Amino acid sequence: MTETLTDANANPMGRPLRRKEDARLLHGQTNWTDNIQLPGTLHMAILRSPMAHAKITNLDVSAALKRPHVVAAFTAKDLGDLNGSVPCVWPVTDDIQMPGFPALAVDKVRHVGDCVAVVLATDKYAAADALDAIEVDYEPLPAVIDMEAAIKQGSTAVHDAADGSLGTNVCYEFPLKPQGDGAFDAAVKAAGDDVVVVKRRFINQRIIAGYMEPRAVVASPMGMSNEMTIWSATQIPHVLRVLLALVTGMPENSLRVIAPDVGGGFGGKLQCYREEILAVQIARHLGRPVKWTETRSEDMVASHHGRDQIQDIQIASTKDGQIIALKVDLIANMGAYLQIITPGIPLLGMFMYPAIYKMPTYEFNCVGVFTNTTPTDAIRGAGRPEATFAIERIVDELAAELDMDPMKLREMNWIKHEEFPYATVAGLTYDTGNYEAATAKAMDLFGYDALRAEQEQRRASGDPVQLGIGISTFTEMCGLAPSRTLGALKYVAGGWEHCTIRALPTGKIELVTGTSPHGQGHETAWSQIAASILGVPVDDIEVIHSDTGRAPYGMDTYGSRSLAVGGQAIKKAAERLVEKAKVIAAHQLECSVDDLEFIQGAFRVKGDPAKSQPLAAVAFEAFSAHNLPDGVEPTLQAEATVDPDDFSYPHGTHLCAIEVDTETGKSKIRSYVAVDDVGIQVNPLIVEGQVHGGLACGIGQALYEGVEYDSDGNLLTASFADYLIPSAADLPSFTTDRTVTPSTTNPLGTKGVGEAGAIASPPAIINAIVDALRPMGVTDVKMPATPENVWRAINAGKGGAQ
Amino acid sequence: MTHIPISVTVDGTVYDVEVEPRRLLVHFLREDIGRVGTVVGCDTSNCGACTVLLDGKSVKSCSVLAVQADGHVVLTVQGLAEGEHQWHPVQTAFKECHGLQCGYCTPGMVMAAVDLLQENPNPSEEEIREGLEGNLCRCTGYHNIVKSVEYAAELMGGK
Repeated sequence: MTETLTDANANPMGRPLRRKEDARLLHGQTNWTDNIQLPGTLHMAILRSPMAHAKITNLDVSAALKRPHVVAAFTAKDLGDLNGSVPCVWPVTDDIQMPGFPALAVDKVRHVGDCVAVVLATDKYAAADALDAIEVDYEPLPAVIDMEAAIKQGSTAVHDAADGSLGTNVCYEFPLKPQGDGAFDAAVKAAGDDVVVVKRRFINQRIIAGYMEPRAVVASPMGMSNEMTIWSATQIPHVLRVLLALVTGMPENSLRVIAPDVGGGFGGKLQCYREEILAVQIARHLGRPVKWTETRSEDMVASHHGRDQIQDIQIASTKDGQIIALKVDLIANMGAYLQIITPGIPLLGMFMYPAIYKMPTYEFNCVGVFTNTTPTDAIRGAGRPEATFAIERIVDELAAELDMDPMKLREMNWIKHEEFPYATVAGLTYDTGNYEAATAKAMDLFGYDALRAEQEQRRASGDPVQLGIGISTFTEMCGLAPSRTLGALKYVAGGWEHCTIRALPTGKIELVTGTSPHGQGHETAWSQIAASILGVPVDDIEVIHSDTGRAPYGMDTYGSRSLAVGGQAIKKAAERLVEKAKVIAAHQLECSVDDLEFIQGAFRVKGDPAKSQPLAAVAFEAFSAHNLPDGVEPTLQAEATVDPDDFSYPHGTHLCAIEVDTETGKSKIRSYVAVDDVGIQVNPLIVEGQVHGGLACGIGQALYEGVEYDSDGNLLTASFADYLIPSAADLPSFTTDRTVTPSTTNPLGTKGVGEAGAIASPPAIINAIVDALRPMGVTDVKMPATPENVWRAINAGKGGAQ
Repeated sequence: MTHIPISVTVDGTVYDVEVEPRRLLVHFLREDIGRVGTVVGCDTSNCGACTVLLDGKSVKSCSVLAVQADGHVVLTVQGLAEGEHQWHPVQTAFKECHGLQCGYCTPGMVMAAVDLLQENPNPSEEEIREGLEGNLCRCTGYHNIVKSVEYAAELMGGK
């Protein structure tokens, strides 16, 4: 336990400083959205559909209006034009089917949890009570739940022709075939006898984000001025402001969106939710603050879900293991409606199926499907965990088919460190990487050979507890994103980031960032970056964020972008500030700008160290403006808006040893080693924490978590009692380490780390379980690998019924 | 609905208020007396974000009615360290070991850890993991929470 923020003189970059954020958070001095209690607030409660698919044949809120403390109640009809439509900003193809998504359902409900009516009351309990008084009748329609059935001819349509839609559940079809249609089959044919083809179907099951703070929103109108302040538990205050302006028609410059303390997001708060739209519209209509905080049970049905793909994947190699082609056919569940970037999520994975492997041929196709389920969207990794799972699983299957060690097969096919930058078959250019180094370190920490020997021994002795070793040598694309690339992919917005840095008269620094942290420690890490350039103590920097009134420009936090993109803006703004200050300092020191050097927060005349001027003195001169050089304006601030040149590509080698009880199906992680290469690290303590959290999320998906619907579309996992977020008792301690291969796509050399663990870990876990059970004929285990699913796989391997 | 008078000591201050019999202790804390440091994370008493000490023992304040706290003493994360700018060893350890990220589970996690260390001043890793099973965290993967509790035990003289 060593370094603290009191080490003021050393360069803070790369040091494991304890976080500035923690004092408040540890003492309960927090400002969650639900803490906000404004005078005259109306609490909104929402009547949600208990049916997956039904016509609303009768809806009457009049009895609810008579309940105590109730001030108003609305249906879609009552709201009329105020009932906005939830926006989707990523129409991935020209002919994508984009049905409307009304905030309150109009005539039909399309998933359990769809919003039917709202009650506004002066008391939260009273608002919830009054929902019981709303009269509603439904005429059930067939529920469309199974994705493959949904796209068959004759299926009931979630959005049918009578609703003005196409009457099909196919939302879009997106191919990527750089070597042409049929290239996979052609490559296999061309290989003649020297080819092995492995084909698998993997199911990447539906999961939830599982942030601990439920969503909440407070919308406070300012009466006659038409201004509105909106506090929301969101990851994207800046994007939300633009979207709320577009959806509601309110002038964007009258909206102020604040994300106060936000208790986790993991993609689940990357959204413009219907409840946010309703709160704003009703607050505007009634002229009173409206507040809504969801219950966890509401969150389970109403906040977007993630993953949920059927993956048909084929890999072909020569008989000695050289990969020659890969083909991926996805069916991706959109849910009942399209939310902010629902259609684009599988396509973020599209580029990553070839992963770290060299191959000449790649074919990809994705069909997006509507079903009567909660809409899907980004959750930690967003498309890349699905891709990584499929490729890392099938490489293990190929190794088994070839009777090769799975690590040797990987080594044979991965991009060597001297081959970077490397243009992949999917069209990306990986800037840097060193898979050999990360793997060597991981193998060493893991004790690979000794574990293989123990595995042999257990197999030979017929131990009921078998040992499996799972490998995941992953990479991902992060740092979203070059705006032109986003534009080419039909994403509506850009991917730049902004920073303004102000040196105040007293020498304190304000750093205004467009990123929007919700647990990532930006206040600490951003201070470290700026302090290292400005030469001021980390504690002298105040990071301002997540409030469009105080930090007007930004693209917010998701896709492991904040450091990789936002960090560039911080660096550039800080360097510009120094350049601007230098002109004033030269004037103060009566020398030429070229005679000055900037060392440890002071401008010094080269060769005459006695003559110097600290940044604080320059800042005061810029404030008093008594003696500024001609043409220099008062105040000392600089800003930068940076559009990244390219993505960055973190990678790593994760190794997992699992003991599987073949009699009960229970799995126990014996050790988990994660060696990640996330480039230059600003704060290794924070990096490590991000890896741990990502691992827990990915291991959760692999072993414990899964959203389940019955065939009528009822959500069976509708609370934390039924959906298993892993606890401390369900997870092991992790062995983590890093190799450092600086990225060359940004000047700090950083990559991203927030999603790495969640992307890498599911295949490491499942590969380990399958490895343990392969002698029993097991070639796959369904996620989550619960004792039941493992037991079923063992039984199927033996030739029994699943 | 009828309101019932209760008298509850929270973080050293006595509050005499009237509440609905169905009012949850956590809503009393947050909405009636403004102790918003304690938070709600679920509605099935699975997550433990609302954990406080009631007469020195940890309880999930979403599973206790305010009227049940009548005449009793509640300690929240806001009252844990005595005096302004003071730190309880558990709070110190969580900061030192990076045992929190977003901080939402933290009030409950810290109070559960305080109770755990009262019961067992020198817990093993397994005992810590079992002891905190009722408190969920989505950010940290628990690795550094376990380290934090081990370090807190050391600071408190258990090791």
